[in-house]
Amino acid sequence: MNVQNKESFLNNLADRLNRPRRTQGVARPDWSVYPQYEVFKGASQDELVEVLEKQCEAIHTDFIQTDQMELPIVLEETIRKYDGKSIIVSNDPRNEKYGLNRFYKNLDENVNVHIWDPELGKGNQVIAEQADVGITFSDITLAESATVTLFNNKNNGRSISLLPKTYIAIIPKSTLVPRMTQAANQIHEATLKGETVASYVSFISGPSNSADIEMNLIVGVHGPIKATYILVD
Amino acid sequence: MSVKIGEAPYNERITKGIENDFMREAVSSAQGRFRAGRLSQAEELGNWEDWRRLGEEIRTHTIENIDFYLQQLSDAVSNKGGNVYFAETAEEANHYIQNVVKKKNARKVVKAKSMVTEEIGLNKAIKDLGVEVVESDLGEWILQLDEEAPSHIVTPALHKNKEQIRDIFAKKRGYDKSDDPEELAAFARKELRKDFLSADVGITGCNFAIAESGAITLVTNEGNAEMVTTLPDTVITVMGMERIVPTWEEMEVLVSLLTRSAVGQKLTSYITTYGGARLEDEVDGPDDYHLVIVDNGRSKILGTEFQAALHCIRCASCINVCPVYRHVGGHAYNSIYPGPIGAVITPLLDGYDDHKELPYASSLCGACTEACPVKIPLHEMLIRHRQIIVERENKAPMTEKILMNGFAKWSSSPAAYKISTKLARPALIPWIKDEDMIENGPGPLKGWTDVRDFPAPSKKSFRAWFKERESEQHERSK
Repeated sequence: MNVQNKESFLNNLADRLNRPRRTQGVARPDWSVYPQYEVFKGASQDELVEVLEKQCEAIHTDFIQTDQMELPIVLEETIRKYDGKSIIVSNDPRNEKYGLNRFYKNLDENVNVHIWDPELGKGNQVIAEQADVGITFSDITLAESATVTLFNNKNNGRSISLLPKTYIAIIPKSTLVPRMTQAANQIHEATLKGETVASYVSFISGPSNSADIEMNLIVGVHGPIKATYILVD
Repeated sequence: MSVKIGEAPYNERITKGIENDFMREAVSSAQGRFRAGRLSQAEELGNWEDWRRLGEEIRTHTIENIDFYLQQLSDAVSNKGGNVYFAETAEEANHYIQNVVKKKNARKVVKAKSMVTEEIGLNKAIKDLGVEVVESDLGEWILQLDEEAPSHIVTPALHKNKEQIRDIFAKKRGYDKSDDPEELAAFARKELRKDFLSADVGITGCNFAIAESGAITLVTNEGNAEMVTTLPDTVITVMGMERIVPTWEEMEVLVSLLTRSAVGQKLTSYITTYGGARLEDEVDGPDDYHLVIVDNGRSKILGTEFQAALHCIRCASCINVCPVYRHVGGHAYNSIYPGPIGAVITPLLDGYDDHKELPYASSLCGACTEACPVKIPLHEMLIRHRQIIVERENKAPMTEKILMNGFAKWSSSPAAYKISTKLARPALIPWIKDEDMIENGPGPLKGWTDVRDFPAPSKKSFRAWFKERESEQHERSK
């Protein structure tokens, strides 16, 4: 594609640095310290669950722990709590695995469920914008900051977690890692192998918020106003 | 185009800042909360100094090899179907973006908060085309409605109170509800949602560009940057050339340092990485993507003793601890980059002529250097600036010249000194806050106290004390 002014721009930088231009052979050095790997080092999955739950309070996010059997019940309660009449969910293979396809089909007939459909194009965004609830799975979950990592793609549009009034993340317990370090490491390794990482990776920690008015915390600005995490054993 | 905000002289700006009581209190309380947040997050990690050291090492390595990493970034973005434009000047950047906007026949451009677009004056360039520009960050939107410049790089509308914000909304957008922050925000959500959905072009800045995969990282809380990069069909990223990291792993470390230092959060609500055109069958994201990499004076800093200033990750923690910023507020710096980092980089980007006062807007207490998560020696750089201004440029600001002249006369005449120190204490009483520090002195002292807390003359001057002591001894020996 189109790249302009690159050579003159980068040559100037090399000149300023008083050395020839570097176009190859630059590698990251070994850093003298790696404190990021010390955070919750050796913690068990259960310990990480505790960390996650505690941090959810700090980010104004409801936290529910359940198992695969109970998931539909918990999900239905949460949808009701959010007064969800229209719902948009990702077209995720895990919907089938967790028995959610059937659940969505059998939901109250007053509740509209739209499963993201690439064929529908921009129509998906229109539905998401009108929706009360957006639901996705977390791909990697960061305990320290209570963050769900979403690899957005054609079946899991980023609109789902962004445009509806409220957001529910389903978190398989196996996705839990100590912190962002492990997620970054995983994506870096994939990039090195030349694998296609999602075109858009979102790290989402609770509902949107702002402190722009007199430093008062306002929960719910442009993105979802409320959020619930459902951790599934 | 420059980083300069207006033409008002330094003294006027400072007076305006000091006389704005709400602003001073807001700044002071914000500083306290930002600082407390940062400290508690740092303490929780336990090894904050290791984190800072790592941050410094990453930034040093990256900037030393900036030509290599920018090339890698550019290759990766273009492999993902994006366009890359390297702009040496603000004019070049604005011109390129204007062309993209024109080619799209765009009527509306929606933006997420970006300091570099403020720096290059992009909004004006787009408005000149007759195209509407909407700032979508809540604080920026408030300022845009009120046609004012930001006063803080993280919370730009810090100097406005909620009543003022309500009035702005009412006057400009027919808002008729209360000054409750939640209600104000709900109104902004409703209004701006329409803009997100109808914009033809989205423009964002960049916190960290990841060279290895051509991804732009944005750090936000409100979700507006996500809207701006998800909904419009054309998206443009404008990045200062130094906002780059080698891989996802360094991005992660610097984001952790940034969110903790800037707002005392472990992570902000949204850390988003995007870049390039959307893939086949994807719905969200642009089909036309442009990355504009801006120099605008930054390369002049490379290879100089100020190179580490390019390590800055724009967290504002130096601003949040600065006693001078506390008193004068952001606008007094007359630069879109206020506080200690602003005092360091503004003269570097825009020359000493218009900004020779800035390096003196510091008490050299070193709090900024200590707070900096990537260990930029800010106060040492300020001293170096002063040396350069005095020695090479011969441009010492008037305040300092007057003070030095005055002090020279004052101290060279014992009689005058005797009188003036005796007079000094009573005359200064109204400005003495704590027992021993004068915070905002009158007249010529003011130029100083904006710069540092001036030690109050001892209650009893030495000469008065000595004389008294002598007469006491004399009494006793009688």
